[in-house]
Amino acid sequence: MRLIVHNMLTCNIKGVVNKFPLRIEAEKVIKKDVDFNPDFLRHMLAKIEWKALVDGARSMGYTELPDHAPALESDEPFLKKFHHALLELNLEEGSLVCQETGRKFPVEKGVPNMLLHEDEV
Amino acid sequence: HTLLFHSAVPVASLFGEIYPPRNFRRLPKTAFHQKLDPLAFNLQWTVMSEMTSRTADIMRVSSHREVYEPCDDSFALVDALLADQTNLINHNPKLCMEIGCGSGYVITSLILLLKEKLPNVHYLATDTNPIAARVTNETLQAHGVSAEVVCTDIASCLEERLAGLVDVMVVNPPYVPTPEYEVGMEGIASAWAGGENGRSVIDRVLPVVDRLLSEKGWFYLVTLTSNYPSEICLVMRKRGYASRIVVQRSTEEENLIILKFWRDKDEEGVDKETSSESFMKQFSRSLSSFMEKQWR
Repeated sequence: MRLIVHNMLTCNIKGVVNKFPLRIEAEKVIKKDVDFNPDFLRHMLAKIEWKALVDGARSMGYTELPDHAPALESDEPFLKKFHHALLELNLEEGSLVCQETGRKFPVEKGVPNMLLHEDEV
Repeated sequence: HTLLFHSAVPVASLFGEIYPPRNFRRLPKTAFHQKLDPLAFNLQWTVMSEMTSRTADIMRVSSHREVYEPCDDSFALVDALLADQTNLINHNPKLCMEIGCGSGYVITSLILLLKEKLPNVHYLATDTNPIAARVTNETLQAHGVSAEVVCTDIASCLEERLAGLVDVMVVNPPYVPTPEYEVGMEGIASAWAGGENGRSVIDRVLPVVDRLLSEKGWFYLVTLTSNYPSEICLVMRKRGYASRIVVQRSTEEENLIILKFWRDKDEEGVDKETSSESFMKQFSRSLSSFMEKQWR
């Protein structure tokens, strides 16, 4: 699971208000290189929740992201850090934790299991 | 590898496209190695030529007893994507998604047929079966491609944040008409059990797809004639979608119809939008002639 999808995941337990973002508890993180594509990154920038990305990256061991995205999107050093955090950090094993209920959704072999129990639907 | 067709009879789709069928009987995987005998033409299987690695290699698709193996429906859907390959490339999607990825055969094929011309597309796949999600990842890895795989019910934890972002959506749902209690059972049955008229899951998927698709989004759906596809098209019409049949194929067991939907305002690039009345006339005509052929 990479931060690009973590930034899209919400906790869907019935009645939960604070459903995003899920806190990451990382047990195993792998880095995999991905081709750098500034156009795609700029396209994503508007949709990404920045604080969730920064916190997520920190949980996975990457602390280089600035607290705020700079006004100048074309800043390449920034885009490289954004690229690395968004697309190159892979959570292989760990959990995604609902901030409100504490419920843990396991991540196994890179796949988050977001299935709800019967009483949570 | 050699390229063989079981039958040279082309299948005409609704709007005049001729697309040769690639009938593909499910055989145990070991059979492929044993039966590579060019004289055995009576065997009903095909092997993709080495030159075209546009779809997933069946030999590299991972499997598990609780996960649906690629079958006629999967191949028909991939054939539909292949038939639309040029349109898809010209359409320039940024994010493609499959709901119900199973073995990973379809999402992997989609990636392979787009990646040469469009190397920077992102892909997402979901399945309600955690084993299928794992198998999909294995299939992706075996082909040297990647997608984000999430185990969830349809797109339940993604709908809010992903709304309006998906440019291509691909769904091969559990479409087999079954008793309602069989729907959503754990394990492999959830891959086909579709409840009354095989529509239980389809009817839950449609509003989710509507929410996720971008303005220019395209949606491919596998249906049987038993699912009343014309009714599905009407439901989607009310949500503002035009539709057409991309592939129709009848096998021994099923009459498959692969539908494509797009938002009304959008020019599809190949076909102009048809008014719902004339569309229904054409659809019914084509559907009845298709059904007629089956009776003969």
